[in-house]
Amino acid sequence: MLERRAAMATLVKDRDEGLLVVPGLGSTTWDLAAAGDDPRNFYLWGAMGGAAMIGLGLALAQPDRRVAVITGDGEMLMGLGALATIGNKRPPNLAVIVFDNGVYGETGMQPSHTQNGVDLIRVAGACGIPTCLDVRDDHALADLAARLKNLRGTLFARVLISADEPPRVLPLRDGAEIKSRFRAALGVKA
Amino acid sequence: MSAQAGQWPDQLFETIKRGGVRQVGYVPDAGHARLIDRCRADPDIHDVVLTTEEEGIALAAGAWLGGQRAALLMQSSGLGNCINMLSLARTCRFPLLMLITMRGEWEEFNPWQVPMGSIVDPVLKLCEAEVYRVREPGEVPGIAERAVQQTFGDERIVAMVLSQQLIGRKVWTK
Repeated sequence: MLERRAAMATLVKDRDEGLLVVPGLGSTTWDLAAAGDDPRNFYLWGAMGGAAMIGLGLALAQPDRRVAVITGDGEMLMGLGALATIGNKRPPNLAVIVFDNGVYGETGMQPSHTQNGVDLIRVAGACGIPTCLDVRDDHALADLAARLKNLRGTLFARVLISADEPPRVLPLRDGAEIKSRFRAALGVKA
Repeated sequence: MSAQAGQWPDQLFETIKRGGVRQVGYVPDAGHARLIDRCRADPDIHDVVLTTEEEGIALAAGAWLGGQRAALLMQSSGLGNCINMLSLARTCRFPLLMLITMRGEWEEFNPWQVPMGSIVDPVLKLCEAEVYRVREPGEVPGIAERAVQQTFGDERIVAMVLSQQLIGRKVWTK
């Protein structure tokens, strides 16, 4: 089992300009902020269940960059259909990574479905995502971090983390500013 | 059906295509069948079948973050599935073009379509969308042009609501 802040830091360590990161609302947004601010982070403070689909739209629009959605088990469960939609499209530059601690940390550690039999790795595989990884230790985490630097096919990873709650690190909160800063960093106009 | 009546889905397709739309999310819908076929047949458009309409709100946001324009096709019932996810477009001021086919109004046979169909316009307005009602086929090109321009030019939520009169009655017996 891994510690969430250390796991996030490993995944975005020495990132290049080609890696775009979409965290889910709540803990994974705080984790990403704690790992260091970057205009290529699209922090979510709401839109629960939407992180993976934001990642899909972004991956389709930016085929020459890599997109990592890094969200929690509760956020993923709210938009489970997105795994079926992503399994249908399979963009080669998209990774959906779920930090799974089996609880809803933001609301008082109530158990999530993953604590009681729902296996997100098998769900993702059954949805047609070709590579689905079970990340439980530093070795597997280092392998996932290496894959993020050179994505070659839609990837899903469940990262098993402990159910601790490190102090909140709050990033930018103004959604319009987060969006505009992200687009400016990519140099897009549309 | 007059020639003009049958052409509006093609005119709608040509307008969004000319407007630079590169991603189209949809839940399959009979009223949008022709438009969906045109999008699927176009190699420059990513057609994305959704399991629920709210996925399309997030898809369109991701597309815009990456510099592409998206459109979301849905039936009136699907709008109800989108309400909280519309917070994403409203908070971040994402452009969002929704093309909504109506059920539950003109000559509706299925009463289960009425509750959501009857509140489409007020719900859209509460969600700060610009709403354009289309009743006649001849209105489609002009309104579509305006909707595309306003959505992406002004970064607005715009809904083009296609009345059931325009789409035609669903045939229940064959």
